[in-house]
Amino acid sequence: MVGAASDPMRVYASQSTGWFGQIIQRSDDGGQSWRPVGNEFAYDGTPGTHQWYDGTPHPWEFARVWHLEPSSDDPDTVFAGAEDASLFKSTDGGLTWSELAGLRTHSSGPEWQPGAGGMCVHTVLVDPTDSKRMHVAISAAGVFRSDDGGGTWRPTNRGLRSEGVPDPDAEVGHCVHRIARHPTRPDVLFMQKHWDVMRSDDGGDTWREVSGNLPSDFGFPIAVHAHEPDTVYVVPITSDSEHYPPEGKLRVYRSRAGGDEWEPLTRGLPQADCYVNVLRDAMAVDTLDPCGVYFGTTGGQVYASPDGGDSWEAIVRDLPRVLSVEVQALL
Amino acid sequence: MIRVVLPHHLRKLAGIGGEIELHVESPPTLRIVLDALEATYPMLRGTVRDPVTKRRRAFIRFFACEEDLSHESIDALLPEAVAHGSDPLYVVGAMAGG
Repeated sequence: MVGAASDPMRVYASQSTGWFGQIIQRSDDGGQSWRPVGNEFAYDGTPGTHQWYDGTPHPWEFARVWHLEPSSDDPDTVFAGAEDASLFKSTDGGLTWSELAGLRTHSSGPEWQPGAGGMCVHTVLVDPTDSKRMHVAISAAGVFRSDDGGGTWRPTNRGLRSEGVPDPDAEVGHCVHRIARHPTRPDVLFMQKHWDVMRSDDGGDTWREVSGNLPSDFGFPIAVHAHEPDTVYVVPITSDSEHYPPEGKLRVYRSRAGGDEWEPLTRGLPQADCYVNVLRDAMAVDTLDPCGVYFGTTGGQVYASPDGGDSWEAIVRDLPRVLSVEVQALL
Repeated sequence: MIRVVLPHHLRKLAGIGGEIELHVESPPTLRIVLDALEATYPMLRGTVRDPVTKRRRAFIRFFACEEDLSHESIDALLPEAVAHGSDPLYVVGAMAGG
């Protein structure tokens, strides 16, 4: 689910089930009412194959939309990151979608493999100062950048290192979980990778690790403070096979230095026997001052901090697994 | 006139309360009825069959007159009782998830 920055009343939601497939709904009144819009996501041309988990060729098949991203200045223009990894664009408020096929048909595409959750485009960032410049992140291919509005793409993963893959320094093949940036500083990107928290100062051309003193550098979401471009939030998770906070203590970690030095934020969060996860789309910041920070858990709680993370309160407790948290400032 | 019974979620998505009636050319086939269903309720496109391949979704079945029509040809004629509107065509979502 996502709200449009240019119109706080416009919200898009992606629903997907095994029964009825992909449904996209749109609200023009801040979520009070919804209507289904277009759900036809057709790959351009004849799709070839990518690699399956076992390395065998597997046909590209549209499965679902993982992430919606409206443009910063037009609520009717919205991008959809999909599984199998592909990017779609609508310019009519979601009624019709067309693929930006340059991503899927990148020369490395036949080598892409799915992450555990599927082979998905889960992050789409559009540079607010230059709408032709975009980044997407794919599990488990990595980050790709376009400088022509999504027509052509190149991998930007130099500096990423992933143990357990045949070439740990490969240009393509990293399981990036999420990338984020501050809108006033588009060249600085922060990344939560499968393992490692990373930072780029050159628009993704090169990356360096900034995990620093985190108790674990595995996790899913990453977010940047609305007014402090060097204040970053992550939620460390024990390991790739233990999706709960270290020691059962739910801690958001904040860096005010753009990484490397992290402080635990615990006030109001359970500090014993907590075994939830926080999914990659389930953290958001608002634009108020002080900045509000929000995240949802797989245990159905939504925590809010009105003071940049210093203190937290569960504003909802009994939802199903929270897949997505979005916040719109209506003031 | 063809009567069609949809599963709860699709009725909600289409904003309809109960059984629906579709006027289609005769003799009706499953393809003709599904085309009419999607033309009348565009929000249901892609929910019963894939919007690109037009294949029935794996968890969707078609029943009428106590018969499973899911594996019949989509161009086979529907039973007389459905064609005449005395029996409905059921679009059923699989009971799965438990």
